[in-house]
This record gives sequence, structure tokens and C-alpha cells, in this order.
Amino acid sequence: MIRFTFDGRALTAKPGQTLAAALLDHGIKLVGRSFKYHRPRGILSAGVEEPNALVTVGTGGRAEPNTRATDLYVYDGMVATSQNRWPSLSSDLGSALQLVAKALPAGFYYKTFFGPPKLWLFYEKFIRRAAGLGPAPVEADPDRYAQRAAFCDVLVVGAGPAGLIAARDAARAGKRVILVEQDAELAPSLLRDPQEIEGQPGSVWAASVAAELRAKGGRVLTRTSASGLWDDNFICLSEKLVEPGQVPQGAFTQRYWHVRADEVVLATGTLERPLTFANNDRPGVMLSQAVRTYVSRFGVVPGQRVVVATSNDDAYLTATALRQAGAEVVAVLDSRPSPAGQDSGFAVLNCAAPVSAAGGKRGVTGVTALIDGAERSFACDLIAMSGGFTPVVHLHMQAGGKLDWDDAAQAFVPGATRQNVRTVGSAAAPAPAETFGALGPAKQAFVDFQNDVTVADLDLAWREGYRSVEHLKRYTTLGMATDQGKTSNMAALDRIARREGMEVPQAGLTTFRPPYTPVSMGALVGLATGEHAQPTRRPALYDLHAAKHPIWLNAGYWKRPRAYPVGSETLAEAGLREARSVRQAVGLCDVSTLAKFEVQGPDAVQFLERVCQTTVGKLAVGRGRYTFMAREDGLVFDDGTVWRLEDNRYLLTSSTGGASRMATWLSYVRNYLCADLKVSVVCVQEHYAAIAVAGPQSSAVMAELTGAEAPRHMSVSETGIAGVPVLLMAASFSGERAFEVHFDARHAEAVWRAIEDKVLQAGGAPYGIEAMELLRIEKGHLVVGPDIDGRLTADELGLGKMVNKAGGWIGAATLHRPDFADSMRKQLVGIEAVNGGSIPEGAMLVRRVGEQAEGHVTASGLRIMEGGSIALAHLMGGHMRHGEELYAHSPTRKQTVKVRVGSPHFYDPSGERYRD
Amino acid sequence: MLLIPCPHCGDRAQAEFAYERTADSVVPLDAAPDQAVAALFTRTNPRGIDEEIWRHTYGCGSWMLIRRDRVSHAIEWVKPIGPAVLP
Repeated sequence: MIRFTFDGRALTAKPGQTLAAALLDHGIKLVGRSFKYHRPRGILSAGVEEPNALVTVGTGGRAEPNTRATDLYVYDGMVATSQNRWPSLSSDLGSALQLVAKALPAGFYYKTFFGPPKLWLFYEKFIRRAAGLGPAPVEADPDRYAQRAAFCDVLVVGAGPAGLIAARDAARAGKRVILVEQDAELAPSLLRDPQEIEGQPGSVWAASVAAELRAKGGRVLTRTSASGLWDDNFICLSEKLVEPGQVPQGAFTQRYWHVRADEVVLATGTLERPLTFANNDRPGVMLSQAVRTYVSRFGVVPGQRVVVATSNDDAYLTATALRQAGAEVVAVLDSRPSPAGQDSGFAVLNCAAPVSAAGGKRGVTGVTALIDGAERSFACDLIAMSGGFTPVVHLHMQAGGKLDWDDAAQAFVPGATRQNVRTVGSAAAPAPAETFGALGPAKQAFVDFQNDVTVADLDLAWREGYRSVEHLKRYTTLGMATDQGKTSNMAALDRIARREGMEVPQAGLTTFRPPYTPVSMGALVGLATGEHAQPTRRPALYDLHAAKHPIWLNAGYWKRPRAYPVGSETLAEAGLREARSVRQAVGLCDVSTLAKFEVQGPDAVQFLERVCQTTVGKLAVGRGRYTFMAREDGLVFDDGTVWRLEDNRYLLTSSTGGASRMATWLSYVRNYLCADLKVSVVCVQEHYAAIAVAGPQSSAVMAELTGAEAPRHMSVSETGIAGVPVLLMAASFSGERAFEVHFDARHAEAVWRAIEDKVLQAGGAPYGIEAMELLRIEKGHLVVGPDIDGRLTADELGLGKMVNKAGGWIGAATLHRPDFADSMRKQLVGIEAVNGGSIPEGAMLVRRVGEQAEGHVTASGLRIMEGGSIALAHLMGGHMRHGEELYAHSPTRKQTVKVRVGSPHFYDPSGERYRD
Repeated sequence: MLLIPCPHCGDRAQAEFAYERTADSVVPLDAAPDQAVAALFTRTNPRGIDEEIWRHTYGCGSWMLIRRDRVSHAIEWVKPIGPAVLP
């Protein structure tokens, strides 16, 4: 005996029972409250299509809301809770909403949105509380989800008789087979309708087929849902290793499969359709096959006095099963004319259909039927209904298949396929049935149980002009709940077709989208959570930095030191101290994450002159220069330096943040636009470590380290430090005389330690990104991202004088667009606070607070030695506005600072400090 | 998810590839201004057959031109892009 609780009540279940079966076994009919109107709801089905009986199962971070009680096997210790009710399931205050149901008609949300916004704000408060499903857990999920890839020749979805035979045929033909079944048992239909197959009892036969499949190397996965079928037969499977909310027995709670199959066989069966009549959503109104499943498979008889209502022959099996289980079949209402059902031995009434059910939250107490035009009532405690069978064509449709109309079954069946997919069994040939539309008061006749869409809602939408199924779906929210309309879509189509006076196939269908049944987010994420949510890139010097306990900065995937605080220093204090040590003495900084490319070959110059907007051809060997790159639209997207190391060998550096984009871009240019050039472009970003050494003492430090005179500004020499060969490039990003040392990353620590020793002796210190930012902002150097944001031209960035006048670079043609001649486009400027205060980064630039923004602050810093807030900004027509006073206004930070526009070069504009 | 026949690696899952752009959006190096603007901003978006530039980014890194039907997703052919003989 299995023990579990439902809403705190201790209950027991028999092995193999679903929660729905166990609740029915205890006579519990009321299981949930409906989404919008809080109507009492019971159990409609016995499978994944269940719209009503949704529960939260499990506790804490393991809780799983909106789990179907019909698709949840009871385990010992299970804690299940009903949803969308307060204070309790049986006395729910929200059900008062039923009285104001008029307030929530079809399209309620849309109509409210078009009303005054304040009205929506008013409604939202109570709608958000009242309408809804189970709350998502706030704690982290403690469980792990596995992911796995697989390949096979034939993947069979559905282990009913048709699926088992298809899988066995394939295995016997030597194919690699995967067979998946969403139920915990093989061939669940044989548990509902026991029969002999090939001389064996059905379930014994199913087990023997599965054993044969496994023996031939095939895989048989139960409790596994094929959630989606994509292009080229790519299938995702969601396998439950334990039940929702259950503590995993192994390492994982679920396994998500990515499978590529040559052929997919869909043996997905059918779903039974409800009948549409007033109060068809009451507890005790159930699908006929579901009733039979509870009786025959789970040993539970959901009612003692039963009315069966049907449009087909299948429901007679239910009547028979009920009678064998000792229940009384009060009447069979058969919509078809005599002699249908007349030889069954039951009290069959032809041309008969239910109009309205009586009863409330404790279940139905009777049903009123229309029989040959006359009304008649029956007392009963269970209504078993069958409106025919809808093939499960979801996967077929997801794979781009077409549908055909089967008139005898009144159902869509799989038609032509685009991929190697075929459908077998009842999904391809559903049992005949007729349809007869909705009966009874339309406001209580539910079409979509889960989203509370009634026949009246459909009619209202139709009257308001929503004729296309796609529009009607969105307006009424039909079929948009977690069940994706499995039990409702056909009834809705039937209603629309009747209103339009057309046949169902002409009414059209909405799109079938994955997943077929809900998939846990955890399964999709797999192990990519927490620290593993994205890659972490550690520069070669990571361990050395970590020993200094810096404040880290996540720069893309990179971990970079932002500052090295001493004692109780804050980030701002440490950054300022480090920046001052560069201004006054010398500092060193890890710049290994810079993008670096070796460009070699006889045509290396031609290649670079296409990529770079500056000239490259005039560089002598041993010299380098600042450069920047434009996209094909003429806008600058990255910058860096280019160095001529040998006649036909160059080193190109560019920004850290744009590194992978630049690698792709250079590869594209080389392979697609310049396929004829003799050039090789190799990314050496991680091959070279790089250390910047900056400050007035830097050339003395470098001379001491290398034993030779340091190269002059923008020159490069090949030398050695601590026995390691290095490229010593005199380049500055700080406004001071400075160097970049590039070398084999394997020797990163030895070189860093050698340089750091000398830097400390010279009164300097290591510095991080914070100080680097302060230094470069004061000097007016640009950073890719905020300053070079891909929206300005070189002219607008103030780089126009450096552009290669001969053209030939990518983007030159587009730069002649008339738009770029507009002098009111944004341009880069410097701004300085006039009356104190700190300029907020990202603030808008306005003439007066409340007026239209004319620009924005891209980077905010300060005068490192003197103090005072300065910043870089993009400003409309900014180059002509130097001297103008504006406000930097940040509504989000509630700060407004008066600023004066000027040059972005606040520090040493003539570059005297680059000379020794 | 498409199965894309990489000219170097054979059939691989689409997740290994990056779509770059349609071939008609390429701006030739010697493009006239009007031609460049047309390629970038006023290009066609055909329903059906189109030629696209893809890269086997998370595989061999090579570029390719793929001619495929954007309605049925059927791939007609794949051609390698780049220097005829790798240096």
C-alpha cells in the first residue's frame, strides 16, 4: 500500500495507480478549480490530455505545479495539492466569480487594453490573483536533469499494438530501433480492453515484444514523451526517471533525449472528444474510454448509476465494463438513429443527446437529455461521454505533414508527409463516429475546460467578426492552456463550421506546436545551470590575479581583475589609486584578452587595407598604428592596432568584447570577399598573453628589463624578458608613455612577475579595468561597446582625419549615403560637470529636463589628479556645439548634472607625454 | 533541426552551424554606392528558394553556400566557399 496526501489528507493508493485513479478510489471527485471562473472541476480523462485535474506535486524547490493527476503515478510519500482555490478546495471564495462571469467574456483582456489604462491597472490586481494555475516554486530545483543524444534507423512513438508491431518488424529487418511510450506501461490500451494477441494475453504479448526488441539491441523507453518532431527527423524525448516531485533514486530526475532517426513511425493513437452540453465540466462527467480505463486497468468504479452518452460504438464497451463491475447503466444516449446500439442489451435511446447536467461540486446528480425532440431527465452520479476520436497528429503536423478529412470518423487524419514519417494504427484510421454540435445553454457549455472557454464565448467572438480560426483562438484563448486544446479544438471547429455554414475541413486548423506535453525547464537546460550556465574564460594569468584577491569583472565570458584593493579600499578608491600611480609613476595591467590576429602572406597589406579604414601600406617594418574597422554599412564597429613585424607579416589587435565577432568577420572577408588573395589570417588571441606597462617610468622599467633602449612610441621590437622572447610594442591606451608586451601565454607568470618587480621598485602598482577606464576616458580613447557602438561613422567619432582617403576599405561605398551628410547625426564629444556632481553613465543629454534627449553619456570618469566629473557622450551635431551647456539627466538614477560640451581629450591633447 | 551536409565534415546538426546572411546581401568590394545600399537595405526576402551563406562555426569553421527552400526547408545543394587551394 502506497501512502500519500492530497490537500493534507492522508490517503492510500494501490501500486500502479495514477493520482486520479487513487482519488476516485477514495470517492474524491472534486480535484481543482477552473482557471477563470473557479468552477469546481473533477477528472475528465485518464491520460495526458487532462484539462481539469491539475495539481501541484512535491514540496519546496521540487514542487511541480500544473501536473495532470491522470499522468502522475502515486509514489510513497507523495504530497499533492489542489490549485487555484482559496481558502480551500471545497469553499473557494473565487467561485463567487461565477456570479460575475459576465465580467470576463471572450476578448476581455483585449477590450480592457483598449480602455483607459487606469482601468486595466485596477483589474489586473484581482485578475492576477484570481485567474491562474499553480504557483511556480521560488526555491531552486535541487535535482539534476540529464541530456543525451542518440541515433536510430526507426523511432516508433507509442507502444500500443500498432507501435509494437512496427517496432518489431523494423528490428527483425535489422534496423536500430527506439520505441517510446508516455505511459508507465506498454500497450496501455490492452490494459483498458484486455484481449489476446498472437495467442497470448495482451500485456504478456507486449512484454514479449519489448523483450525481443531489447534482445535485438533496440531501446524501449516508457514514461517518455516524444515532445517535438523537427526538420530531418530530429526528435526530442522527455523521459521521466522518477515521477514529478519525487526524490530521484539515481543521479538524475529526468533525461532529455535528442534523437536523429532515419524513419519515424507514429503510433500515437487517438484522443476521445467530449460532448458539448451545459455543465459538461462538472465533476462526474467523464470521457467514456477514461471511465473504462479506471474500471478495467485501475480497479476503480467512478460511479454507481451511470448514463452513457455517445455518438459511436466504442462507448458500449464502457457500458459493458461498468455493468461487469456492478454499476448500473441507467441509459445509453446514442445520437445515431435506430437501430444503432439496439442489440447491445442496454436501455438504448436513439437520436438522444445530453442537454444539461445537474449537480455541483460534489458531482453530477442527473442529466437532462433531448430524445427525438423531447426532453427527459435521468438521475445518475456519472456521465460517460464519447463524441468520437481525434487522431493524435501533433508530431505529424510538426514535421510539416498535411491532413486529410475522414468523414466517417469526423476527424482529421494524417495525409501527405514531407519527411520520412508515417502514421500507423488508430491514429491513421480512427473509429467511425458522428458529430452533432453543442446543446443546452451556451454559457455553461464548455469547449475549452482548462481556459474556461464556452460555446457562448465562441459565438460572441464570431459575432464580433473573428472568423479565422487563428484569430478566434487568440481572442478567446481557446486551446492556449497547458493542454494545448487536446480535448477542445475539434469541438470549437465544429461550432465555427456550423455558424459559418461550412464543413469542418473548410474552417481550418490552428498550428500544432511543440511540445506535445509540457516539458520541465530543467530538462531543456540540462546541466547548464549555475556556474555552468555559460562558459567561463580564464586568462593565462588568472591564478596569479586570484592570489591578489581582486574585485573581478565579468567581461563577456572572461574573468578580469577590475581593481586590486589594498586594505579596506572600495572599488572607486582602489581604481583611483591605481590610476594615479600610472599618472605619477608606472603600472602594469593584464590585457591578454585583447583580440589578436597574425596576418601573413604576400597580399597581407591588401587584405588589411580592406579591413582597416586607416592606411596600412605606409607602415615601415617595426612600426605600428592605431586603426579602426567599418562594416559594409560604413559604420565603425571595432578598433585596435596594426603592427608590421616583417615585410609580409602583421599583428592586428582589436577589442576584447568584439573578439569573436572580429574573428568571424576576418574569416568572412578572407574566404568570401578576398578568396583570391595570398594571405593567411590566424587568431592568436589565447596564444599570446599581453601585459600593458604604462606611466612616466615605463620606458625606464622596460629598458631595465630588456637591457636595451625601449622602442619609441608606435614602434615594436623583438626582445626578451625573464628569458622569454617578447614583442615589445610602444602603444598607449592611458595617455602616458606605455608599452604592450606580447608573448607566449605559457610563460605568462614569469614575465608578469619580472615586470611587476620592477614596477613596484619604481613606485608603481598593478592596475585593473577600473583604473584603465579612468585613464582612457580622461585621454579620450574609445571603447568598443559604449563609445564605438556601431552607429557612428569615423567622422562622427572624431577619427575622420585618419581615414584612408584612397578608399578601398569595406564600407567606403556606403559611406556616401546622403543620410551621413546630416550634421544633426550624433557625434562624439567630451562633457564636463560645471557645478560639481557626478555625471551619471547612460544619462540623456537635454537642454532642459523634460525636453527631448539630444544625446547620451557613453562613459563617465573623472580628472584623475585634480578631481571633477568628466564623461564621453554622443550628441546630435556635437562637433559644432563645443562650449554649449546642457544637462545630463538620468530619470532612473534621479540625477541631473549641468555639463559643458567640449573636446573628448581632457588630458594631454597634444600627446607630449608619449615622448621620453 | 536541419541536417546540413558540410562539404568537409558530412551531415551535421544545424546546431553546429551559424547562419551568416543571404548571398544577395553581400556587398562586393568594388560595389557602386547604389549597389551597396541596395544589397544592404532593400534586398528581397523570397518565399521559397534562396541561397544563403552559412558557417560550420562549431565544427571545422569552414564557410559554405547553401541553396535551399525556405518553405519546405529542403536543401538543394551545398558548395564550399573560400580559396580553391588552402595555403
